[in-house]
Amino acid sequence: MGTPNPALATALLRIGDDRLVLGHRTSEWCGHAPILEEDIALANVALDLIGQANMVLQHAGTVEAAGRDQDALAFFRDAFAFRNALLCELPKGDFAVTIVRHFLHGAYSVLQWEALSRSTDPTLAGIAAKALKESRYHVRHAGEWVIRLGDGTDESHRRAQDAVDALWPYTGELFMQPADEATLVADGVTADVSHLEPEWRRQVDGVLQRATLNAPVAAWMQRGGRDGKHTEHLGRLLAEMQVVARAHPGAAW
Amino acid sequence: MTAPTRAQVLDWLDDVKDPEVPVLSVVELGVVRDATVDAHGGVTVTITPTYSGCPAMRVIEDAIREALELHGVPQVQVRTTFTPAWTTDWIPESARAKLEAYGIAPPGRAHADEEMVPLRRAGDSPRCPFCHSSRTALRSAFGSTACKALWVCAECTQPFEQFKAI
Repeated sequence: MGTPNPALATALLRIGDDRLVLGHRTSEWCGHAPILEEDIALANVALDLIGQANMVLQHAGTVEAAGRDQDALAFFRDAFAFRNALLCELPKGDFAVTIVRHFLHGAYSVLQWEALSRSTDPTLAGIAAKALKESRYHVRHAGEWVIRLGDGTDESHRRAQDAVDALWPYTGELFMQPADEATLVADGVTADVSHLEPEWRRQVDGVLQRATLNAPVAAWMQRGGRDGKHTEHLGRLLAEMQVVARAHPGAAW
Repeated sequence: MTAPTRAQVLDWLDDVKDPEVPVLSVVELGVVRDATVDAHGGVTVTITPTYSGCPAMRVIEDAIREALELHGVPQVQVRTTFTPAWTTDWIPESARAKLEAYGIAPPGRAHADEEMVPLRRAGDSPRCPFCHSSRTALRSAFGSTACKALWVCAECTQPFEQFKAI
């Protein structure tokens, strides 16, 4: 074990927990998606996200140097120790909510992985370069669906607009740069997420416009996940995700 | 026994097939990045995952270990690297031909679009691996494994899989 780096460990939890929680949430669609192709697509996206979380949390465990591996971090932390953005933990909602969330978070992911692929931490840079390819694929898929739903039938348009309206207040947190990462950003280890917002907005606006959907005018933005203050939904998600690992600690199959 | 050479080790690993795409070896697929032989004949194989969440990686790791032990390698270590990130561009022409003959359309060239959600996807549609028609349409961007997408041929109506270009 190397020298503990708690600041980097926390920063990595913010990155990894987003993917772990959103990945698990997405897996809830397995067997329930409206069409077979999307069932397969959502299961694949969930798998990629959990794979990304696996890499990032493994690295977090290494730099934390407290003897916790990625499984310990995923299955044996309680809600207040999670650092994901609130957007990722909200219930899966209908198909429109799921797709719009994947698009909004996916566009952020592409920009964040792009920035992190230039990290001065070679392990993080390697993970980011790998995850970037997957996230590009995901956001294109989600974005094409946003356009189809928004510019589709009256019903799909209404649901897509409702989804945008409901999720929008949770997007601001993605770009709130945590103050405790100042040194990491200065050293080029992590990326200042506030710098990603203009390009995110440009990409998102382009798709929403084609989808005949409107972004709500600037409103109150929810926050708290990056500091461990979560909605009631995370606890229930974790209860399901963690129950087997906690009932049978150390089990292998 | 005498220590094997690196080339010999890679040659042995060419017999280890991908469990999901059994027509390609883990060397052809680019999963095996390197092999080193130490003074005592022990071998360290470096692999890289295709997709972050690829569930076949553990099976591949076990298969590599088993294959080398079968050739009498006393100590096998398998380590994983994420750098450089795996790309389908590493799959050589010879392997692409095998894929097509097996019924899986090989990947096009990996590229990144300027826009995240381009109106028209760049890159050519794959030709049907069965009748070789170019009149094919994407049915699903995701398929039976993390690395494949589902297409359908308008000419012979055969659905087929394509290796996603990443």
